[in-house]
Amino acid sequence: MNLYAVKAIYTFEMARAWRTVAQSIVSPVISTSLYFIVFGAAIGSRISQIEGVSYGAFIVPGLVMLSLLTQSVMNASFGIYFPKFTGTIFEVLSAPVSVGEILLGYVGAAASKSIILGAIILLTAGLFVPLRIAHPFWMVAFLLLTATSFSLFGFILGVWADGFEKLQIVPLLIITPLTFLGGSFYSIKVLPPFWQTVSLFNPVVYLVSGFRWSFYEISDVSVGISLAMTAVFLTACLVIIWWIFKTGYKLKS
Amino acid sequence: MESILSVSNLSKTYASGFKALKGINLEIRKGEILALLGPNGAGKTTLISIICGIVNAGEGTVTVAGHDIRKDFRVTRAMIGLVPQELTTDAFETVWATVNFSRGLFGLPANPEHVTRVLKDLSLWEKKDSKIRTLSGGMKRRVLIAKALAHEPQILFLDEPTAGVDVQLRQDMWNIVRRLREAGVTIILTTHYIEEAEEMADRIGIINHGELILVEDKHELMRKLGKKQLTLHLHDRLEEMPASLSAYRLERTNGGNDLVYTYDTQSERTGITALLRDLNDAGIRFKDLQTKQSSLEDIFVNLVKRPQ
Repeated sequence: MNLYAVKAIYTFEMARAWRTVAQSIVSPVISTSLYFIVFGAAIGSRISQIEGVSYGAFIVPGLVMLSLLTQSVMNASFGIYFPKFTGTIFEVLSAPVSVGEILLGYVGAAASKSIILGAIILLTAGLFVPLRIAHPFWMVAFLLLTATSFSLFGFILGVWADGFEKLQIVPLLIITPLTFLGGSFYSIKVLPPFWQTVSLFNPVVYLVSGFRWSFYEISDVSVGISLAMTAVFLTACLVIIWWIFKTGYKLKS
Repeated sequence: MESILSVSNLSKTYASGFKALKGINLEIRKGEILALLGPNGAGKTTLISIICGIVNAGEGTVTVAGHDIRKDFRVTRAMIGLVPQELTTDAFETVWATVNFSRGLFGLPANPEHVTRVLKDLSLWEKKDSKIRTLSGGMKRRVLIAKALAHEPQILFLDEPTAGVDVQLRQDMWNIVRRLREAGVTIILTTHYIEEAEEMADRIGIINHGELILVEDKHELMRKLGKKQLTLHLHDRLEEMPASLSAYRLERTNGGNDLVYTYDTQSERTGITALLRDLNDAGIRFKDLQTKQSSLEDIFVNLVKRPQ
């Protein structure tokens, strides 16, 4: 195991985040605060409790997930896309490192960043609404699993993208809609039966539901299914990345 | 001499169908400087990229010190340093950070003394805290060399190290390469500048259309393929070539004031004695003469021009 390489990549990626701290940390925190003000305070005060939880508190897990997903994908995709774009990727490809080590470095750093961000958002949320975390262990587990799987997904995106447009378009056109429609701001139980069924095809539903359960013990789908779906997604991403490095897809000609 | 890198029957066809390499066989000796010459698109960079792991190998095998580059990639890659042709550096990192990054990436613990030495050797020490994007092109080239040397490689690939580099830096670069060779590093450089190969290399390989046309000791190559020219500065202008001299295929240059005779240094008889005698018989007198050995450039141009 080339631990020095893992450390080098990880440190490099984390240093990049500190250089762009306004973009990486400050802007998601501000936008989340805005959600709280608009949905939690202004609109939320007119919405009755959902299964015994005030609306402001109800949306906290969803909001954390929203940032976690978007930032994981953005961080990880940019982290691998940029070296590809500038050509500095040659060094990583010519180094004595395995796929696992490359992933630990790049994906580990991207996941770390979004977990730090998730924690900051959670703390920010605590300023607006009273928080209660029923299952802290599972809360952290969902946080880690989600950050890791979506960072892996971002890595795939970064390898696949051959322009900045593609890099932007996936988070914008796929991740954001899936998160908004995934029950971040509502329980899917309020939807008509047909749309409830449609929602079950949205992987984010399982993440948000499981994550919310770890806070308030209320969920749209059972926790077991949530975990299983997350694990399936994570495995799928790993398989795709393994294939990418095996064939050299878009990395090596 | 001991071989450190061995390429056998290496072929590469890109997805586009372009055959970049066609059955390359090459043994590189420990401690030598090998220059790979060839026109653009000849396959030089593809060959290097396969050895370093940047491009997937096609058929054939490559071993470094007996280790297969695919199976034992950790061993082989740790031994190799690569300075790419393009100036691909990070922009916002400092010189110090990027060189230390390279060392870690290649699996070595931090060693500030070594990195300091490399930066000083490359006259980069004053720039160690500068962000790379603030450096000139020549300085960036040095940074790439420093990165490649950060993990103390035994084999160094320099892909056109002096392309777009001013005279001063080129001289510096040559000195760096000489010092590395003295330290026992095996160096493979590709170049367009034939004078560079002539100046630096122990052996020269010529690649064209994905084939290694030849690999030869530099002096041997120049001796073998070298043509010599004898130029005679005549006493009086020669209006017309006498028929008795037609066998020598002389060229009349400088408005008939010079005669040029081309001969092969390899042949038993150069024909110079006979030529001088026949000139004398024809009553042609000359006031001076000089001979000139053809340069590597002439040899190279002749080789790649040859129909395939």
